[in-house]
Amino acid sequence: MSSFSLFDIAGPVMVGPSSSHTAGAAKIGQFARAIYDTTPTKVHFLLHGSFGEVYKGHATDRALLGGVMKMPPNDPGIRDAFNIAEKAELAYEFEPGDLGHGFHPNTVKITLENEKRKVVIIGSSIGGGNVEINRINGFDIHLTGNSAEQFFTLVVENENLPGMLAKTTSFLGEKGIRIVNMQSSFLAGENKVLSVLSLEKALSLKEILALESEEGIIFVRSLKKLTQ
Amino acid sequence: MSKNFAFHNGKKLLEHCAEYKMPIWEVMLNYEIQMSGKPEEEIYEMLHTRLQVIFDAVQAAIDKPEMSPSGMVGKSTPILAKAFAEYDKTGGELLLNKSAIAAMLGAVATGENNARMGVILAFPTAGAAGVLPGVIYGARERFGLNKEQMVQMMLTASAIGIVIANTATLSGAAGGCQAEVGSASAMAAAALTEVRGKSPETALHGASIALKNMIGLACDPIGGLVEVPCIKRNGVAAVFSMSASDMAYLGIESFVPFDEVVKAMREVGDMMSPKIRETALGGLATTPTGQKVAKKMGLLKIGSNPCSN
Repeated sequence: MSSFSLFDIAGPVMVGPSSSHTAGAAKIGQFARAIYDTTPTKVHFLLHGSFGEVYKGHATDRALLGGVMKMPPNDPGIRDAFNIAEKAELAYEFEPGDLGHGFHPNTVKITLENEKRKVVIIGSSIGGGNVEINRINGFDIHLTGNSAEQFFTLVVENENLPGMLAKTTSFLGEKGIRIVNMQSSFLAGENKVLSVLSLEKALSLKEILALESEEGIIFVRSLKKLTQ
Repeated sequence: MSKNFAFHNGKKLLEHCAEYKMPIWEVMLNYEIQMSGKPEEEIYEMLHTRLQVIFDAVQAAIDKPEMSPSGMVGKSTPILAKAFAEYDKTGGELLLNKSAIAAMLGAVATGENNARMGVILAFPTAGAAGVLPGVIYGARERFGLNKEQMVQMMLTASAIGIVIANTATLSGAAGGCQAEVGSASAMAAAALTEVRGKSPETALHGASIALKNMIGLACDPIGGLVEVPCIKRNGVAAVFSMSASDMAYLGIESFVPFDEVVKAMREVGDMMSPKIRETALGGLATTPTGQKVAKKMGLLKIGSNPCSN
């Protein structure tokens, strides 16, 4: 049976010129900002592979920056992303670079910062406007844009102590929230674990704070569904 | 027993049309309702929104022509818009009728709007986004279609796109331009044929005739940009889809059935060198003119990274 939807063919609606280098780039930026949560004052983009070579011609830079300012791939504001960022006092920098083997040619490492918080995300545009996130703060994960459009994504970072995953899952169970998908990644040097869960319902602010106050849990981030 | 609208090839699609006594567009609509769980009204609303994106993209390029950042494209829309507007006066010099000029205009304007970062509907991809708007403009000019009929054309076209995506590919990086503009032409020919009241079989003959004549088409854009040859190619392909549809409309059948044509397209795509699959490493991209532009724009070092797309 075909898994293609009508709107996979008649879509997406996007700012040109390229589904992989423009629409996909905007989606990765959106994704990074959703995970970052608060307002950044500084953003750095390390452009890997083809992204580094052709980003100017495809406006990959403006799309990434627009995405980081919450613009979906069909937002005409992407054209003016540089001016909009300057007005918003968001400092930005693009640097072609090499993330090494094992990354898709259309990959970017995004560092979002303000005086309080810094988050580093690596994401790839894998074709036709589809994207995936490969790293969050060094944790090796695999989160697709489709999944983040379809479900509510929950990111939980915790100390590597016994029973930590159970704490998160039973908390969700008590709230009657179903888990559709779940993955965890261990960062050896820091002895921490990051889990990414796809949920059928978002957590309320109160629930986020309650889960975050559990011992051993470092931070909890509940994402809205990404808009297409 | 509840009806099942799932299909992955042309044969199954035609079986549904026969069994449920529905045109292709209606099977496609029911497929989407069944698959997505969305109500019919919501799907129609999404289609009408996308139809409006098609109109807005074309109009934006007509109202405010602008060169793309590379300087390669942006001049054709005003020329075609003028030819269309003055057709009744000066069209006698041209070979094609007014509806074919409208088709070229719709297609080229979409491409030029995409190249200068306007909003477009990737239908089925950004690189082939002009063909369907082109034939919608062409058919509207010729037959005075209403929006319902245009949305039906989008549905018919999408059914053909789903068949191709399942059996072959719609990506230039995977299958060359035959998979992008070739597929869009097949989608357009089917839509044009069905909207004129012909049977699903006849619509598929139109799609087959169109795709057969696109097999082997390379994806060799200068600098890897969706500009040259893509934009004018969309314009010519829109008119070419009209020819394929007219052949089918007149009763000419494709000797090779649609599903076999799609498989042949996939096979040829597999045989294509990666140099002519959206890497800018061969064909028009590596002509002296192509290399000059790529160098000026600081694009693609020739010979590097053959797998980017």
